[in-house]
Amino acid sequence: MSSVPETAVNTEVILQLDNVVKYFDAGSRGLAKGHRQLRAVDGVTLEIRRGETLGLVGESGSGKSTLARCIVRLQRLTSGRVVLDGVDISKLSRRDVRPLRTKMQLIFQDPFGSLNPRRRVGSIIAEPLVVNRRGKGLDLQQQVQELMRQVGLNPEHYNRFPAQFSGGQRQRVGVARALALRPELIICDEPVSALDISIQAQIINLLVDLQNEFRLTYLFIAHDLTIVRHVSDRIAVMYLGKIVELADSEQLFERPRHPYTAALLSASPTPDPDALRTRRRIALTGDVPSPLDLPSGCRFRTRCPRAQDLCASEEPSLEPRLGDDASHPAACHFPLGDGEIAQAETP
Amino acid sequence: MSEFDPVISGDVSHLAATSRSATRLVWARLRRDKVAISSIVVLAIIALASIFAPVIAHLVGHGPDTQYLETGLSPAGIPLGPNRTFFFGTDDLGRDIFIRVIYGGRISLLVGVVATSIAMFVGVVIGLVAGYFGRIVDTILSRFMDVVLSLPFLIFAIALVSIVGPSLWVSIIVIAFFSWATVGRIVRGQTLAIKEREYIEAARAVGAGDLRIMFVEILPNVMAPVIVYATLLIPSAIVFEATLSFLGIGIVPPTPSWGNMLAESLPFFQVSWWFVVFPGAALLVTTIAFNLLGDAVRDALAEGDR
Repeated sequence: MSSVPETAVNTEVILQLDNVVKYFDAGSRGLAKGHRQLRAVDGVTLEIRRGETLGLVGESGSGKSTLARCIVRLQRLTSGRVVLDGVDISKLSRRDVRPLRTKMQLIFQDPFGSLNPRRRVGSIIAEPLVVNRRGKGLDLQQQVQELMRQVGLNPEHYNRFPAQFSGGQRQRVGVARALALRPELIICDEPVSALDISIQAQIINLLVDLQNEFRLTYLFIAHDLTIVRHVSDRIAVMYLGKIVELADSEQLFERPRHPYTAALLSASPTPDPDALRTRRRIALTGDVPSPLDLPSGCRFRTRCPRAQDLCASEEPSLEPRLGDDASHPAACHFPLGDGEIAQAETP
Repeated sequence: MSEFDPVISGDVSHLAATSRSATRLVWARLRRDKVAISSIVVLAIIALASIFAPVIAHLVGHGPDTQYLETGLSPAGIPLGPNRTFFFGTDDLGRDIFIRVIYGGRISLLVGVVATSIAMFVGVVIGLVAGYFGRIVDTILSRFMDVVLSLPFLIFAIALVSIVGPSLWVSIIVIAFFSWATVGRIVRGQTLAIKEREYIEAARAVGAGDLRIMFVEILPNVMAPVIVYATLLIPSAIVFEATLSFLGIGIVPPTPSWGNMLAESLPFFQVSWWFVVFPGAALLVTTIAFNLLGDAVRDALAEGDR
């Protein structure tokens, strides 16, 4: 049910992530010796093609948001490259990054925290235009009101403060701000997870409409697989800073190879009660390990129902498994066969 | 504050949805506060009297520094108590205390407002820079603020004045120098909290520079406590000025200020109570009015905060 079939996804790569790594220093307070490093993003290689929507899913703490912030250079990379339209932006200075920001914008998760409570929404939406000198005075106001119209806000509410809007309307303000510079790529960092279910659909539909209208490319981050499935052409699954599986949307849902993907799928609600009855839930045991102290070998092995000795000694590489083609790599030594269900303990 | 008053009761989200800007909200709350209104009225009277001091002097017919040896002193040379010609009496030199108190108010308000403005400006800029850039910049500026706050005000002021000599501007600079550090600390603390908000990241993501983020995104969010502190800083600056003048290191006589009038009253006040009561009362009323207004503003802003 990919909702963007008419947008011809060509193979031109708009954004390429090349072994992106982001470690945070966790400090060495007191007597602890050496620097402890928090491995938030640990070697992510990914391509986003012009016009597509790439979904990125994973539990909280898997490094999705950090990856998004690395891409738009709100965070500096520890190593690796981010290539936007053929330009490596990871090593540019802050000043040199500025013109490139107009090609790439971010929609934030929290519609409350991401809008300055002391500024009127008109000036919030105008901010990207003002900063990048794209308009002044009356012309600026017209641009802002046009943007408000495009995202379904009443342009007459130009002078209101964020507190006077509902969560969904605020998120529309965030969308308008991201749209202001007419970017080619928009990174949506869980754009609907803070909203009510009924509002989620409205925002998703808005994003899809805008994509069709402006030929946008999305990197769509979420922890809810059903939403990602609805909007994405391809989906990448992230676990503890690494991509563990990447596939076309349909293929990932029909033939998950990685037990973690299967577990996520089984955890997401299904509207079909029959499917629900026949499906076995795979309950993951234990917590996500600390990114300060990663397991040896495969980082999922501590919670994986299929883990064996090999998993502890050797880290599986992200490559096609079980005869899949190159578009569907998975990082697992013991991938799931077609229709196979990960061995869970008793459901 | 009745529970039934829709503006004052707890549901702020509803309130925010029906109202306009934060400034107007605060003003709406202040208007309901009788103490705040009384303070504003008192301060307005004092300010008007100060501004129009020459007009009042002209109407009364007495200058601030003129000695009325014939009419202002008894035949034996004793100063007169309050009477129809001299509302607040005369001092030992036969000058009109009423007119001198009004002229003294000019100095007090001038020093209070100007010193506070300088202190706020410096404090806001230094606090923003320290909080925003953090690290070594923050360390240096914060330690500097600690040093300023730990300097003994009077000893420093006496030492400085003994070198450069007393004057109005020296008083203002000295008072501002000893006041900005507290503003700086408040702003720094607020900035530290605000700069972690997501809307700061959002501004950075659209390409806003450091200056723009500091002054357009952060500053409006740190102004509330600064405004409250400023209303409390004005009276303390006025008292500082009075202290300096009282000690003879502030405003130079014969220019009247409430502080040096109190100082001049010292040898006489046991027999001539009006020497000390009128300038003292002026100082007291002004200070109290500013303090009460500051409290009211703080309360109004506290309610406005989400």
